[in-house]
Amino acid sequence: MKIPYQYSVRNLWNRKLTTVLTVSGMALVVFVFSAVLMLADGLKKTLVSTGSPDNALVLRRSSTSEVMSTIDRYQAGVIATQPEIALGEDGLPILAKELLVLITLNKRGTSKVANVTLRGVDANSWKLRPNVRLIIGRKFRKGANEIVVGKRIAERFEGCALGESIKFGQRRWLVVGIMDAGNTEFSSEVWGDVDQFMQAFRRPVYSGILFRLKSRELFTRVKKRLENDPRLTVIVKTETQYYKEQSELMERFIKIVGMVLTSIFSLGAVIGAMITMYSNVANRVVEIGTLRALGFGKTSVLTAFLLEALLLGLIGGLIGLTASSFLQTITVSTTNWKSFSEVAFRFTLTPRIALSGLAFAAIMGLAGGALPSIRAARLPIVEALHTWE
Amino acid sequence: MDEASAQGPINREEEKDDPLIIVKDLHKSYRRGAQKLTVLTGVNLSIPEAQYVVFIGPSGSGKTTLLNLIAGIDKPDKGKIIIAGVDISTLDESRLSKWRARHVGFIFQFYNLIPVLTAYENVELPLLLTHLSKKERKKHVLAALKVTGILDRAFHFPAQLSGGQQQRVAIARAIVTDPTIIVADEPTGDLDKDSAAQILDLLNYLNRELGKTIVMVTHDPRAAKRARKVYVLDKGILRDQYENDLSWT
Repeated sequence: MKIPYQYSVRNLWNRKLTTVLTVSGMALVVFVFSAVLMLADGLKKTLVSTGSPDNALVLRRSSTSEVMSTIDRYQAGVIATQPEIALGEDGLPILAKELLVLITLNKRGTSKVANVTLRGVDANSWKLRPNVRLIIGRKFRKGANEIVVGKRIAERFEGCALGESIKFGQRRWLVVGIMDAGNTEFSSEVWGDVDQFMQAFRRPVYSGILFRLKSRELFTRVKKRLENDPRLTVIVKTETQYYKEQSELMERFIKIVGMVLTSIFSLGAVIGAMITMYSNVANRVVEIGTLRALGFGKTSVLTAFLLEALLLGLIGGLIGLTASSFLQTITVSTTNWKSFSEVAFRFTLTPRIALSGLAFAAIMGLAGGALPSIRAARLPIVEALHTWE
Repeated sequence: MDEASAQGPINREEEKDDPLIIVKDLHKSYRRGAQKLTVLTGVNLSIPEAQYVVFIGPSGSGKTTLLNLIAGIDKPDKGKIIIAGVDISTLDESRLSKWRARHVGFIFQFYNLIPVLTAYENVELPLLLTHLSKKERKKHVLAALKVTGILDRAFHFPAQLSGGQQQRVAIARAIVTDPTIIVADEPTGDLDKDSAAQILDLLNYLNRELGKTIVMVTHDPRAAKRARKVYVLDKGILRDQYENDLSWT
């Protein structure tokens, strides 16, 4: 049987100051670690949930985002005739020809500007994205210089509140409605009549064509036909896939920077844990000798000290996770490097991140405790008891 | 002539039937850097069951080393230590740990109680190495605490106990598994006169009434007088041995 766990727990409790300091270091690292993962996950969740797997997006071949893509009216006509496109109640295909343009707007309360995505849409755009809800005001009228702005844009940019107006494309546009698309990128967009935007920006082409599939299984068929059509030079992706790819670059960057930071911090925390555990061993040499003399094996002593180190890590991990969970109340914004538009999102704590944080804390504790625990287990009994003469 | 044989009749095994502890030609030295420090040279002795023996001698005479070797917490360079028919000098570390858990009860000068465990938990420690159930362990712990007269302090931590009380807890820990031998290293060395006398009374009780074999190291002449037999060591050699007249007790 092993040395009772109370031995490890009470030893930590008895040395409160060193325990608190070591646990604080661990907690800080786990906080940074989970914050980075929460940031990357929040971004991914925002971008991925922006798309629907029932929708297919057609872009110019080699375009990595809608901003780079152009589809002319003739090509749009060919795409609109595909039999895999679902039909609406009016018997017409549920298909939206959209234009994406980036403009810069002033952020509220600062002198800074940021890129904002303008999306020229038609009536089907609302049908294709049922998660986009008008929360205040009304939709824009076709042919009018009116816009509906995403909730996060309304909050964060000058002239974007209901009833205010902003100037772009040499016209002044009245904000007639605020839309909310939850935790998706549409909450960070400005929508208006696609034909008005094309005129205002003197663009003769669309950015992309979005349509609803009759069924998901038909995607491969329509993709193959459109991509092999000699009249078109396009690629076809599900909307979900498109937004997933949008998030990958930034997600990877956040993770790399975060992990480098976390690694440096964790090295400090591991050294802290190691110092604490070495001092715990040094202070308890006689105890270790006594336990070994009583018949507890090296493995029991090793386990008891490793348990102590593990507890240091896990307590730090729980505190770090608790602290990082409060980050979920914060909304952050950054530029999506693929579309160059401002995207706002929230830190998201998932069970996977919580488990990773705890596992990371446990590993740090064990890494810090390993050498001191081995030293404790290998102490010669007679030397530990100071009873040789 | 080597030193062991030079000791003459004193170092020969006692000629008694089935001694519990037999020490044969025991040698031990330690290395301190480049220097070799010889601590024991050719020690021979035998101790029968239910005996109460004391090793005395000046500092550095090797008495604690001899005790450690008999207790199985150190290994000899040469020689045999046979306890209850088992040559413990041949056991590997893992088997020796198990052997100690089963056969040896330790009493230390500074009690060596685990400060974060209560008296009860300290006494229970050696029982965790047995297959006894929690209920059985409780029975044994309470019995040991009762024998040593410290039952009323069972749930106190060592820091809440006096030196004498702590040593009683340590003795309870030493006897709780009903070991073959009890080894005591200066058990009264850190106690005041009255507490020391009480602890020595308790050891006498364990030996006489419960038949425990006790091997003790002491500097204290009063403690040495309580044992039935005294071995005198000097410079690693067993110089003398005599039996005490215990009629006064």
